[in-house]
Amino acid sequence: MPAPMDPLVKLDSRITVGSTEDHASHAPLIEVKDLSLWYGTANALDHITVLIRERVVTAFIGPSGCGKSTFLRCLNRMNDLIDHVRIAGSVHIASQDIYSHEVDVIELRKRIGMVFQKSNPFPKSIYDNIAYGLRIQGVRDRAALDEAVEKSLRDAALWEEVKDRLHSSAMGLSGGQQQRLCIARAIAIRPEIILMDEPASALDPLATARIEDLILELKKEFTIVIVTHNMQQAARISDFTAFFYLGKLVEYDTTARMFTNPARKQTEDYITGRFG
Amino acid sequence: MALVTPTVRRPDRWATLHRSARARPVEWLVERGILLVSLSAILLVFLIFLFVAREALPVALGRMTSARGQRPLPVDSLDQIPRESLRAYLGLKADEFVAMTREQLQLLMEIKAEELAGVSEDKDAAVNTTQWRYLIGPHQWSDYDQPEFIWQPVSRVPKYNLVPLVIGSLKTTLVALLFAVPLALGAALYVSQLAAPQVKEYLKPVIEMLSGIPSVVLGFFGLIVMASALQFVFGYQYRLNAFVAGLALGLAVIPVVFSIAEDALTSVPRSYVQAALALGSSRWQAAWRIVLPAAAPGVFAAVVLGFGRAIGETMVVLMASGNASIVSWNLFESTRTMTATIAAELAETVVGGHHYRMLFLIGAMLFIVTFVANLIGDVVIHRLKTKLEGKA
Repeated sequence: MPAPMDPLVKLDSRITVGSTEDHASHAPLIEVKDLSLWYGTANALDHITVLIRERVVTAFIGPSGCGKSTFLRCLNRMNDLIDHVRIAGSVHIASQDIYSHEVDVIELRKRIGMVFQKSNPFPKSIYDNIAYGLRIQGVRDRAALDEAVEKSLRDAALWEEVKDRLHSSAMGLSGGQQQRLCIARAIAIRPEIILMDEPASALDPLATARIEDLILELKKEFTIVIVTHNMQQAARISDFTAFFYLGKLVEYDTTARMFTNPARKQTEDYITGRFG
Repeated sequence: MALVTPTVRRPDRWATLHRSARARPVEWLVERGILLVSLSAILLVFLIFLFVAREALPVALGRMTSARGQRPLPVDSLDQIPRESLRAYLGLKADEFVAMTREQLQLLMEIKAEELAGVSEDKDAAVNTTQWRYLIGPHQWSDYDQPEFIWQPVSRVPKYNLVPLVIGSLKTTLVALLFAVPLALGAALYVSQLAAPQVKEYLKPVIEMLSGIPSVVLGFFGLIVMASALQFVFGYQYRLNAFVAGLALGLAVIPVVFSIAEDALTSVPRSYVQAALALGSSRWQAAWRIVLPAAAPGVFAAVVLGFGRAIGETMVVLMASGNASIVSWNLFESTRTMTATIAAELAETVVGGHHYRMLFLIGAMLFIVTFVANLIGDVVIHRLKTKLEGKA
């Protein structure tokens, strides 16, 4: 398990390879303009403008309470569920304003999967967990469900471990397996975008490594936006990195440049571990 | 290599490790006090059951008799009868018998003869109606065309068949649960998962306030308002019946089921709902397909508690059921429950008599039914829990 003390050392060995790709081939998918958000009177996000490209991994880093998770939840409108939230600015996904009144939030969320910090499988069987998303869309065909379940579990690198106990409870899996199950559940409905809110923060290093490998595999097919506390993780898996601090977007660039040559002093201080 | 025993010790600092209980005497006292109180609650329930069971035991074991098949003895034969059988015939205790003068005994014999005069001709009177076969099975009484289940404790020949009462209790309980459980669970699901916080703030206390309504008021409401209204709507013949009683009873059951179910549904982790919504569920789908199954143990417990309340509730059914002890599964006929029977009749019985003991037997049966229901409930809840937690 690689655990370098200095993120800068880590960089030249692995990350630069992924980041030297020609990002022009990845079209912009999510455009956020001047997004601000208040919880009551507390300003959690302050004029965020970001452009996220398709089929790359974009990481949000920053100290606790900097608004990165809040921002992530704006992208699939999970903040709608919280009372007293006020949002200004715009979020366009594939040129559609997702905060427009005509947008069906349920349709939106079918296209944007989400993986949470704490693994939250339903207290149902492994099979039923994966099939849930399809079932609520009205898929009843047993063969189609079987196929989707197997494919999702294979994609999430969990199939081999659980194929003999698909119908036992998901609560019996280990923490790492549960988190991969949640990823499998999210990709079962074939979303375009997967949002990950610190997906590995509650896992041990081995399970974390598996999740990270999985993310690198998934970006071939999905657009992944990930929030992480762990800067090495951002450096290892992401193509773009955004640094949030106190509700503001401090810097946003390719991961390679962020970690080797940050434009802002604040970013450099944070990623070299001087604060945060 | 042998273990090295520490030779240097510092008893001054570590000695205090060993005085845990005595070190906090107040906590210790409070803890014991609470333990004592809770144990006494268990003891109290046990003693109540013991009391009820003791009163019912002679009937349950078939040691009582209501048969009056004796022939009257001629009064002038007083001196020919053995002393002991005379005492038994008059139903006197030994000391009472000894204290009697001859004139008194003669008088008692005359009264007894009068009492037995009509009875001796009646073949029903010879039947010991407190035997289990008469309590459970039908019997053809002399003035009936066919064997029937009859509860008629205050009659020339008391008839104690329990079947009409059991059916009455089951009927009203069934109606109450069919009415209350879907409503209460629906309300609980709505309040805990779907309602806006402002709505929830009002709805929850208002529904729970229903449990504060005295059952006599609910019974009154059932008797006066609901009975007439429902008869007007459905047009059935008997104004007071199992249907009306069941619905009124349902009003008493709703807050019980609602309160427990709402707690269970609310305690389902929000993360399940979030995951479901993030997968593109509507709030209703998340509530119905994720939260409700996840709360199944608590919801089931709520229903069991509702059952206990329904079958044990007395005042509502006493007032609104019509109290006719007939055997019929028709919901629109008057009915009489076990609880209402005890409430209505116990005050008029002779202490220690067979009617008295029969009512205690019914009480013991109710006790056992609720106990068994709770036991089964516990087992089911335990199974559901292990299934949800994946330990199965």
